[in-house]
Amino acid sequence: MVTLTSPALLDNLRVKLADSYKPDRPCVTVCGGTGCRVYGSEKVWEAFRKELATQKVDAKLSMDVKVTGCHGFCEKGPLVVIRPQGVFYARVKIEDVPEIVSETILGGKLIDRLVYSDPQSGEKIAHEEDVPFYKNQYRLILNLNGDLDPLQIDEYIARGGYGSLEKVLTQMSPDAVIAEIKASGLRGRGGAGFSTGIKWELCQKNVKKTGKGYIVCNADEGDPGAYMDRSIMEGNPHRVIEGMAIGAFAMGVHQGYVYIRNEYPLAVKHLRYAIDQARAYNLLGKDILGSGYEFDIAIKLGSGAFVCGEETALIASIEGRVGEPRPRPPYPAESGLWGKPTNINNVKSWASVPIIIDKGAAWYAGIGTENSKGTMIFSIVGKINNTGLVEVPMGITLRKLIYDIGGGIPNGKKIKAAQLGGPSGGCLPAEHLDVPIDYASLTELGAIMGSGGLVIADEDTCMVDFARYFMHFTQEESCGKCVPCRIGTKAMLSTLERICAGDGQPGDIDYLLELAETIKSSSLCALGQTAPNPVLTTLRYFRDEYEAHINEKRCPARVCKGLITYSIIPEKCEGCMVCLRNCTSSAISGEKQKPHAIDPKMCSRCGVCINLCKFDAITVN
Amino acid sequence: MPVSINEIYEIINKEAQGDGSLIAALEEIQERYSYLPAEALILASERLGVPLSQAYSVATFYNAFSLKPKGKHCLHVCMGTACHVRGSPQVLDRLESKLGIKAGETTRDHLFTLETVNCLGACALGPIVVTDGEYSGQMTTVKADRLLKTILQAGSEE
Repeated sequence: MVTLTSPALLDNLRVKLADSYKPDRPCVTVCGGTGCRVYGSEKVWEAFRKELATQKVDAKLSMDVKVTGCHGFCEKGPLVVIRPQGVFYARVKIEDVPEIVSETILGGKLIDRLVYSDPQSGEKIAHEEDVPFYKNQYRLILNLNGDLDPLQIDEYIARGGYGSLEKVLTQMSPDAVIAEIKASGLRGRGGAGFSTGIKWELCQKNVKKTGKGYIVCNADEGDPGAYMDRSIMEGNPHRVIEGMAIGAFAMGVHQGYVYIRNEYPLAVKHLRYAIDQARAYNLLGKDILGSGYEFDIAIKLGSGAFVCGEETALIASIEGRVGEPRPRPPYPAESGLWGKPTNINNVKSWASVPIIIDKGAAWYAGIGTENSKGTMIFSIVGKINNTGLVEVPMGITLRKLIYDIGGGIPNGKKIKAAQLGGPSGGCLPAEHLDVPIDYASLTELGAIMGSGGLVIADEDTCMVDFARYFMHFTQEESCGKCVPCRIGTKAMLSTLERICAGDGQPGDIDYLLELAETIKSSSLCALGQTAPNPVLTTLRYFRDEYEAHINEKRCPARVCKGLITYSIIPEKCEGCMVCLRNCTSSAISGEKQKPHAIDPKMCSRCGVCINLCKFDAITVN
Repeated sequence: MPVSINEIYEIINKEAQGDGSLIAALEEIQERYSYLPAEALILASERLGVPLSQAYSVATFYNAFSLKPKGKHCLHVCMGTACHVRGSPQVLDRLESKLGIKAGETTRDHLFTLETVNCLGACALGPIVVTDGEYSGQMTTVKADRLLKTILQAGSEE
């Protein structure tokens, strides 16, 4: 590897690499994101490598197999795209590989059973760019994710990577960089939505005063159901590194940290690898591109504490202590890591920086709405056809996101609610689907943008149980430092558990509301201050479900175990004994070929019998 | 796995790089032994100049650390939101009743440890159960039974 001691050397390298990394060079890209790996994509790309050799494709087409980062369409993995044509095959198995090579790659023909069929229209769609899931997105941060080999810094450079860092070091002053970020309107993508430029400016001022400071990339992505930060780090780690290097230059900082979840082994591996490559090229280190600027990045692994996503808790954790938040002020920009000014941004915020520098603040500010600029990445999960990661301009409606991109709700069910912003967020009912997604509109409705988790609930989801789930989560993750959060969330949880068990009492709703207000107004950090949000929004929009649980002892969605009974419809039961044999509570009795019966007193409502019954003979009342 | 004081000391020495080394050292030891032996906490506190009380508080605060040895096989049930709405509580219930332990516990024969995890980010495949690092997606109570059976069979063939 050459050491890039001047910007000219980087330019030369890019020119040299351009030929070997042409965007239109023939290759098979296989998604290597965590999701597709679970589906077995590793075996698929190995099979492609073998098959391309066996069928001697290389001699004819000089075709590569490229393992990329997450393509986003996790529902349909393992995903395969044949470039340059962009033929898109979903759910590819090893057995399909020889046929793909002979028919599609060599023969130019499509294989019908592997072609994606749109769940809404039933239409068959052969090319990636025409699939509604991709077509309706605006992929700015994720644009190279399905295209780039994340372990090849050369490919990133060939596509213009580190060009923004070069521009900053050669043509811009630190103040000009900060002015540019401010003008872009970028707001922190971690949840709070504070102006990134203003945050940088504060930190820069304090670094000048004290002579030392740090920057941190917050990759402690803890919201259940959100995994976009992981996918960025897995699929395009160099963009995060480049963004951090630009920020470091702007703020006058020489050391950065990435605080990343231990539960993301692949992201950690790719990031480590990328940092080493960047160092080898002199894009990190003592004298970056001969500019005299010094900056390096160290990785700190989180140890599984949700509260460490909060910036003061994160700082405590990097310092090797228990991750408990402390009161602010002083804000980290004044006194952060080891008492020095520290700027903490989310992965998506850092990854947006090189794009803003490259295309200009005015261009970036042209995307989105008046108060929410740029794009946002959502992970659409739960009861949705197209589970996956999507990047859209701010201001898009939930309906467009859920139906045009997400493909609607499976099994012909109706949507009941969209939950945004994880355990700190809120549930919006179906009647608010046409609201534009921006910071202000969501706050007004009681939800938050958060870090982009979007969980869809359908008519089978019990909203009281859903709220209980989130409260259970925050209660477990509460660090216990301040009383309102430690005891308040426990009191809220036990009330919700009581309601779900069928022991709700009149007055419970008022009690929940009172607790919620107290916790919100008096907790030390954002974890506690936002913990009641799922309960508050479900109470606001689905109060009738709470009332049914409390007053009528009925769970309308038939979920809460204390309020449902299982029974067998004698006319449908064939007496096959399968449920009887598998019942863990021995609650089912009967004889062969005669209708069985469930004893409700012994039944643990585990649901095994429903899963097993081939005759739909078991009902929930 | 027997605890080797020398090995623990080596790990701590390797990780001892200025402020904030405690967590990294404990992570390495946890990785090596799948728990933190008492000796490790004492050694870490002495070598890194951190009060033992602080080492203990760190070890009990973070979910990644355990003070008890884990079973031969670790089952992690994902309790993320997507898995939850797709039925992971039923899967967990089933595994709990089949193994006769609660989440967070280890069977008396030290064969299984059952744990929950908050989102692995493979939401399209929920509910997810991870067995010794191997992911199984779209779990149901029936598939959970089969999973246990496979592990037990593989064990008896060894």
